[in-house]
Amino acid sequence: MENTTTKRSKLPVIDCDIHNSVPPGALSPYLSERWQEHFKTFGLRSRIGGYYPRALRNAARQDAWPPSGLAPGADLGFMQEQLLDAWNIEYGVLNPLIPVGEQLNLEYGAALSQAVNEWQVADWVEPEPRLRASIVVPYEDGDLAAEEIHRCAPRPEFVQILLIARTKDPLGNRKYWKIYEAAVKHDLPIGIHFGGVAGPITGAGWPSYYIEDHGGMPQAFHTQVISYVCEGVFERFPTLKIVLIEGGFAWLPPLLWRLDATWAKLRCEVPELQRKPSEYIRDHFWFSTQPMEEPPKREYFEQLLEQMDMDDKLMFATDYPHWDFDAPDRALPSFLKPELRRKILAENARALYSFEQN
Amino acid sequence: MAKYVVATPDEIPPGERKVVDIGGRSIGIFNIDGEFFAIRNSCPHQGGPLCKGRVTGFLESSVPGTYTYTRKGEILRCPWHSWEFDIKTGQSWWNPAQRRVRKYDVHVESGKDIDASNSEREKGPYIADTFPVTVEQQYLVVEVE
Repeated sequence: MENTTTKRSKLPVIDCDIHNSVPPGALSPYLSERWQEHFKTFGLRSRIGGYYPRALRNAARQDAWPPSGLAPGADLGFMQEQLLDAWNIEYGVLNPLIPVGEQLNLEYGAALSQAVNEWQVADWVEPEPRLRASIVVPYEDGDLAAEEIHRCAPRPEFVQILLIARTKDPLGNRKYWKIYEAAVKHDLPIGIHFGGVAGPITGAGWPSYYIEDHGGMPQAFHTQVISYVCEGVFERFPTLKIVLIEGGFAWLPPLLWRLDATWAKLRCEVPELQRKPSEYIRDHFWFSTQPMEEPPKREYFEQLLEQMDMDDKLMFATDYPHWDFDAPDRALPSFLKPELRRKILAENARALYSFEQN
Repeated sequence: MAKYVVATPDEIPPGERKVVDIGGRSIGIFNIDGEFFAIRNSCPHQGGPLCKGRVTGFLESSVPGTYTYTRKGEILRCPWHSWEFDIKTGQSWWNPAQRRVRKYDVHVESGKDIDASNSEREKGPYIADTFPVTVEQQYLVVEVE
């Protein structure tokens, strides 16, 4: 491996977004014969974000293809060398982008979810104690998703429930409430990750380019934040925690202002809301950093942090092995005060996911 | 300015590259149509291994619908975030005012010349043999501060 990328951080680093992928045949031991046969015959519907051809194969860093010939993210040894060891990552949260919730055949999606979750424990978390897994679920069906959460959540290998940004309906919709009921019962945060293939990717139809898909992703996160607030999800589930992963956060302050102003005028439509939208949002949402917006002036970034007023809710992520990877020693602005840098790099995630101090 | 012997010209045919370690620095040597260029194997953006990236050309459009593709084989794209750099100058083409990757001088010297000026050079991985036939061999020499 090239020495140029090997820089150990002096501060602890917790990586909130690592993508492990499935080597050929690795799910078979965890699928019944019925679903193995289905997998062999029909394969999988789509891939996350598969609407637009990526600039780079598998959307991966070109140097992330392991010598073993496996796909990026599929080789634990190579991931240990290129990510965990290279930057001395203390803990890493696995978010496998395997399209289980995207299957229109919901029972198939449920079977795949079980298989992916078992595979994560056996092939990733058990052999590598720095890693923890997110529970993947067939999220378009509340009952099936909740069942899988109840099955997995008691095990310490799992620290989060993984959803996707582009769903069939906004995630505050009552069809998803069983998921939140299960999440708060087990006190696990919901992670909502960039991507999804449920419908047109913007509020105005289909753009032409991948750059629009990638650059415009905050639109989906906007929709989800508004939906959670307006559907009263936080009144029903007051301890629910939601992490927005890979959606940025610079778009948040204007949304808070707009929602508060609109709520002041239209609150009679949503009388169950007891507090300003901005109060729910600051209490219930966390944000991962990668890829964070990079204002051209230092003062703009400082203003952004002040406007958000969420210093305890920003958490570092690399997005390894994807092409828009953030390096732990280079991604955060150099002018961040040491205390805030420490919070973003590790301590906020340590508190949210209850990681022990090593 | 120290000089390092890094390769023989036939090790790096046109369109190919070799990444070498010079005094703790990783540097990529590129052959573009028989000319050799050397740049730092670290992207000024986030430190990605730049010289492992794809070599491409320069796609431009002066007006929508009109495209030119020039300088094929002279533009290096970082394997992480696809920032593009001119291999010949180290210049970034996405933000020319601010970003430039370190470029080094590289030239071909004969084994005889290297041997004659041995006292002022850092020793590299190749040793000019004393047999007459190898003294005439040519080497790529990179100059590093």
